[in-house]
Amino acid sequence: MEATEIRRQIITVEDIFHEFGPRAQEPLRRGAIATVLRNPYAGRHEPDILPLMEALNPVGVAMARELLRAMAVPESRIEGYGKGAIVGEAGELEHGALWHVPGGYAMRELLGSRTSRDAYVAGQDNAPTGQPGNALAIVPSTKKVAGPGATLDIPLTHINAAYVRSHFDACEVRVPGSPLADELVVILVMSTGARIHARVGGLKAADIRRWDGLR
Amino acid sequence: MGYADRQATLASWDEGKTLAAMIRKLVVQVDETRIEMGRHIDPPVRKALAMAVIDNPCAGRYVEELDELITIGEELGALLGAKAVEALGIAPGEAHSYGKAAIVGEAGELEHAAAILHPKLGAPLRHAVEKGAALVPSSKKRGGMGTAIDVPLGHKDAAFVRSHFDAMEARIGDAPRANEIVVAVVVTDSGRPLPRIGGLQVGDIKGDDGLR
Repeated sequence: MEATEIRRQIITVEDIFHEFGPRAQEPLRRGAIATVLRNPYAGRHEPDILPLMEALNPVGVAMARELLRAMAVPESRIEGYGKGAIVGEAGELEHGALWHVPGGYAMRELLGSRTSRDAYVAGQDNAPTGQPGNALAIVPSTKKVAGPGATLDIPLTHINAAYVRSHFDACEVRVPGSPLADELVVILVMSTGARIHARVGGLKAADIRRWDGLR
Repeated sequence: MGYADRQATLASWDEGKTLAAMIRKLVVQVDETRIEMGRHIDPPVRKALAMAVIDNPCAGRYVEELDELITIGEELGALLGAKAVEALGIAPGEAHSYGKAAIVGEAGELEHAAAILHPKLGAPLRHAVEKGAALVPSSKKRGGMGTAIDVPLGHKDAAFVRSHFDAMEARIGDAPRANEIVVAVVVTDSGRPLPRIGGLQVGDIKGDDGLR
């Protein structure tokens, strides 16, 4: 059985209509997908863990597509994203770090990024010039080593400019009963907009100008 | 924001229907198990949970007549039942088991959960899953934000089917606020992943009395 064979998957879609203020015309929709996989490196120190990063690429792409399908919105409606990983107790935090590239690029490619996964892997993310496609911002993330049912707060930011203040958010994700000691839970989160009553100023999505992933 | 305003805006997503429940949040979750203890589960075990976070119109005081909550229960049975079946992508008749639960925020009363769950929620839920001869198993509690409740599950047409006794955890990080109630409905299209403790089997269901 391959490590990347999915053991279990939980998809959650949440519609937020208000938080005790004016009801939004369109509710904010946030979706999370959490996939439970076997951790092939559990219980020992494995110096070379990069093969799993490579193997996770198709898992990430499939998860991003599945999440978008469950959210039932076109990809153009996605404005925020985030990712994370929970490593079971026989694993190591570094195993969770394997999710950075496969998780991030899965969503960025789905949403229209033209930056290069290979360049990022090589440590030389290509700086865009002009108006360079969509999903320009780094995908924010958290990770931890924890027991079954642990909660992970997945940070969310705007897909094109990390400084857009209305889109700073977080989404709690947990899988009851997972991860077991020799498992990993890998997570992607996407949202359709700002916090439901966003009103703390700062850079607005409409004012993104530099298209450098930040502002 | 007044009650009428909320009704008006709610109508925009609910295809014109007007709900008595003032819904702050809807959460739909599908839990799919494909491998258990190294064994493939084919078809996978799938459980769908639909939850609504609603205002508790009876919070903060003793209210003798709970009709308003009973009405809310009826409409949530239809809404949450339909959401869960839709999330599974199945025809209503393909549902296997179901369950329901409520968490009442601290300014409410346990009886408020009972008013939502027991008098009228069942009939529209049964309609959403076709038939549903069996009792809908339930649980309820008072709790703060982030309280988890285990929604008990049983086969929808025969409560004694042993392979379908199960539960699904329901929890929302920021609910229920003191004046809110979380209402949860679970629908599945399968039993436990590797059932092997005998008892009444799905193939032996008569489906007449809701028990066997």
